[in-house]
Amino acid sequence: MTVLEVERLSKSFPIKSGLLQRETGRVRAVQDVSFSIARGETLALVGESGCGKTTVARCILRALPPSSGAIRFSPQEGTTIDLAPLSRSALRPIRRHIQMIFQDPYASLNPRMMVGDIIAEPLLVAGVPLAKRQARVRELLELVGLPPAARTRFPHAFSGGQRQRIGIARALALDPTLVVADEPVSALDVSVQAQIINLLLDLQDRLGLSMLFVAHDLGVVRHVSDRVAVMYVGRIVEVAPTIALYARPRHPYTEALLAAVPKPDPMLRDAAAAPRGEVADPANPPPGCAFHPRCPHAVDRCRVELPELREVAPGNFSACHRAEELTLVGVA
Amino acid sequence: MVEAARRVLSVRDLVVDFVQDTGTIRALDGVSLDLHAGRVLGVVGESGCGKSLTARAVLRLVDRPGRIVSGKVLLDPGAPAQQELTALDPEGEAIRAVRGGRIGLIFQEPMSALSMHYTVGNQIIEAIRAHSGLGKSAARQRAIELLQEVGIPRPETRIDAYPFQLSGGLRQRVGIALALAADPEILIADEPTTALDVTTQAQILALLRRLQRTKGMALMLITHDMGVIAQMADDVAVMYLGKVVEFAPVQQLFAAPRHPYTRALLRSVPNIRAVPRERLATIGGAVPHPESRPTGCAFHPRCPEIIAGRCALEMPPPLPPDQEGASCFHVMPKMMVDA
Amino acid sequence: MSIATSSEERFAQASQLQLTWWRFCRHRLAVISLAVVAFFYLVVIFADFLAIADPHAVDARRSFIPPQGFALFDSGAWSPHVSGLKGVRDPRTFKLTYTPDPARKLPVKFFVRGYSYNLFGVIPTDRHLFGIEGGQPVDGVFLLGTDQLGRDLFSRLIVATRISLSIGLAGVTLSLMLGILLGGISGLYGGAIDTLIQRLIEVVRSIPTIPLWMGLAAALPNTWSVTQVYFAITLIISLVSWTELARVVRGRFLALREEDFVIAAELAGASQMRIILRHMLPSFASHVIAAVSLALPVMIVSETSLSFLGLGLRPPAISWGILLQDAQNVQVLAGAPWLLCAAVPVIIVILAFNFLGDGLRDAADPYG
Repeated sequence: MTVLEVERLSKSFPIKSGLLQRETGRVRAVQDVSFSIARGETLALVGESGCGKTTVARCILRALPPSSGAIRFSPQEGTTIDLAPLSRSALRPIRRHIQMIFQDPYASLNPRMMVGDIIAEPLLVAGVPLAKRQARVRELLELVGLPPAARTRFPHAFSGGQRQRIGIARALALDPTLVVADEPVSALDVSVQAQIINLLLDLQDRLGLSMLFVAHDLGVVRHVSDRVAVMYVGRIVEVAPTIALYARPRHPYTEALLAAVPKPDPMLRDAAAAPRGEVADPANPPPGCAFHPRCPHAVDRCRVELPELREVAPGNFSACHRAEELTLVGVA
Repeated sequence: MVEAARRVLSVRDLVVDFVQDTGTIRALDGVSLDLHAGRVLGVVGESGCGKSLTARAVLRLVDRPGRIVSGKVLLDPGAPAQQELTALDPEGEAIRAVRGGRIGLIFQEPMSALSMHYTVGNQIIEAIRAHSGLGKSAARQRAIELLQEVGIPRPETRIDAYPFQLSGGLRQRVGIALALAADPEILIADEPTTALDVTTQAQILALLRRLQRTKGMALMLITHDMGVIAQMADDVAVMYLGKVVEFAPVQQLFAAPRHPYTRALLRSVPNIRAVPRERLATIGGAVPHPESRPTGCAFHPRCPEIIAGRCALEMPPPLPPDQEGASCFHVMPKMMVDA
Repeated sequence: MSIATSSEERFAQASQLQLTWWRFCRHRLAVISLAVVAFFYLVVIFADFLAIADPHAVDARRSFIPPQGFALFDSGAWSPHVSGLKGVRDPRTFKLTYTPDPARKLPVKFFVRGYSYNLFGVIPTDRHLFGIEGGQPVDGVFLLGTDQLGRDLFSRLIVATRISLSIGLAGVTLSLMLGILLGGISGLYGGAIDTLIQRLIEVVRSIPTIPLWMGLAAALPNTWSVTQVYFAITLIISLVSWTELARVVRGRFLALREEDFVIAAELAGASQMRIILRHMLPSFASHVIAAVSLALPVMIVSETSLSFLGLGLRPPAISWGILLQDAQNVQVLAGAPWLLCAAVPVIIVILAFNFLGDGLRDAADPYG
């Protein structure tokens, strides 16, 4: 069963300049992005900075209004709501079903509130009575591996990893259907990062959460995700089950990304071939396929015709004209 | 192999304190390292381990309230022209000739080395002229060559660009060109690719490796990323809470790590080849704040192999520089046998 | 997983307010300044009680009496007293000068009866901290001397403190209300209304203040009472200074709106009101307090300079500016330099407020 279905989502931001702040152009941050997430599934959204992955996440959370497209969300079986056109007040009752885990464990907790109050806030807003709130907070703290005494402390007393646990407890307070995690471990030290990844995996197993996992680290993504969607300059270029995508990428950009990751193995040196050139400017993307200036496999067609995302193998979607003929190299 | 290369820089028992109202924090606790011509020393560790501070202390860039308490930094150790950097005035002429002259520096965020108000060319030309007798037009020619060397397309036009007109990757290339302006023998790169995207990171790492090899420089590469270490380093120093806890050639380190911390760190790195949904090995707890450094071995509260009654009380002896091993009671006997 | 140990317990459970206070306490100069400011406001509250003589009482015979010493012991025994005064007329200039007459010792008593006033504005009393009882008209405790009209300068200075400091407080309160309201609207709603308010602020800030004040002050009718003029001046001063506070508030609002924890509250479904009251206001309260403590001295100096130039309060009101107005004349000043002493509290208070504001600003930044 599908929890979330995003269809042709686009978001553009105006470029304003001059004294009167007149609009002189638009940055198409996200263009025609479509994907779906099944119940209990983790879809990772990966890409480099400026590719639009965070914008997609914020549109789904409706922290940003999408420019066009549909965001169909099913909080329970049988009900589906399109979040895209909803007003702020119409969104409020739905918010409890979609929660977010933030990247920065320092900025995402109000330094002036006690941890117990931070975790209880979604409950309070939802009208849960005090006694139930307190019991739930204790339960949540245990769930994320923090002692009950944490309730009466302030965020500044906690390390980055512990703060991230607090943020996760808050996100889980109302038993959400979908959790959007925006780079939840990228600000943490390696040893702490592993703890949080394991926690997320455990929680998902126990609670059957659906998750949209926004990340840039392909190692982390491999650990946590069932499927991966790769974005480049505002568009999805490939969607595939995790193992398939890593083993046999169907888009040259995915291949380049995998090749560029420094492998923690000194025996595999110099194998990493960096793609040439720079990430295209989303305000002024190249015509045709946005990756063609950097693509070693580009042909004339790629320079003029925009490739559509299409199914090239069962469950494997690619937006490359040559997806079928190329044999791209992944990692074992 | 380690013995063959010429030592160009030695750090000996370096101790740096931060004096604060709440007490003195020992940020570096007896760090010893050697840099060799033509070799890459990787320095790896988590936040607060002192890896960046070591680099700043070498260049005498420790700002107040930080203070080098003891220890030595020697340039060209053993040579007749040996220079003790720790004895120099941190603002003096002599250290400035070393900084950006004999030792080039590459930062995590290249904007911290570049000024917004001058063109890229201006800044590189200035650096070239400060450390050589070149005239203006010769220096400009040299700057264009440098930009070419670091892989900047159309260097003749880019030389007149301002840093903010360049992308992050190009800026880091300019940062590298600036570090190379005076033809240094030693390059210190402090997390040079942490702020960059993965494809740009691969480009910059390839560039650094090429430059280091062709010029035979000694490179001190500071990073938190075990992948970068594996790809780049010849030797690796693993740091934890202001100490070098393990030193080994890179293949040795990855094949048979000695220190429990190194072992745990390597196991906790998310692997691009992992089985999906596989749990990672973790290290319990978090890196303690240097303010509340544990007694004995600083890693003991998180160590899975703690020896009761010893690790919490006694400090394992520090690692002698340039010697493979780990500062751990489990490893010490083996080292004695080696010796 | 272990969290804070018992020694860190105090730190872990400390609220942001406590942390700010601890940080503030490390700023020694600011703590001293806080004490100084507190002292001055105590003087404001107990002004009439501390004053020795009626600050409005005119007596030509006491004209230009120089500051007078104050002895605590009399031949080794505790007996605070002042010497009586002896008027001597200069045979050439016929100017009457006063010299202490050691023969006449006037005992200084505590809690003496003097002129009547209302303590805290409500309790009628005539008790004063100290003074002398009885004696000739020229006798009195003139710690800072008297002015041309024979009014005790010390008492006048204390009463002036009340007006000068309270006008600053009233002005800041007014501009704070304006600033929070307009800055808050600007930062919260953004868009056209924000642009409008920002342009308004720019226009107000571009008007040169002295001519504006002169114009407005000149427009005040002569017939207005002291209280009316007082409030009018307060209004005039705060008309300009709200802009700075509005900018601080707007800036904080804009910054906080993008903060992750505010977005988190919004995603939790919290109402706009709750987000503002629970998350945003507490986060910038400390910044506003710091801005206020830096705006206060500006207010005080404004009032002082306006009154000094004769554009602000007018006698019989007493403020530091008015006292300094008496010291404008060089000839008077040559004969009675003690009239300048009104400048001392101005300098002390302004410095204290500035140090206090700096300390508060540093302490308010949670991660600074």
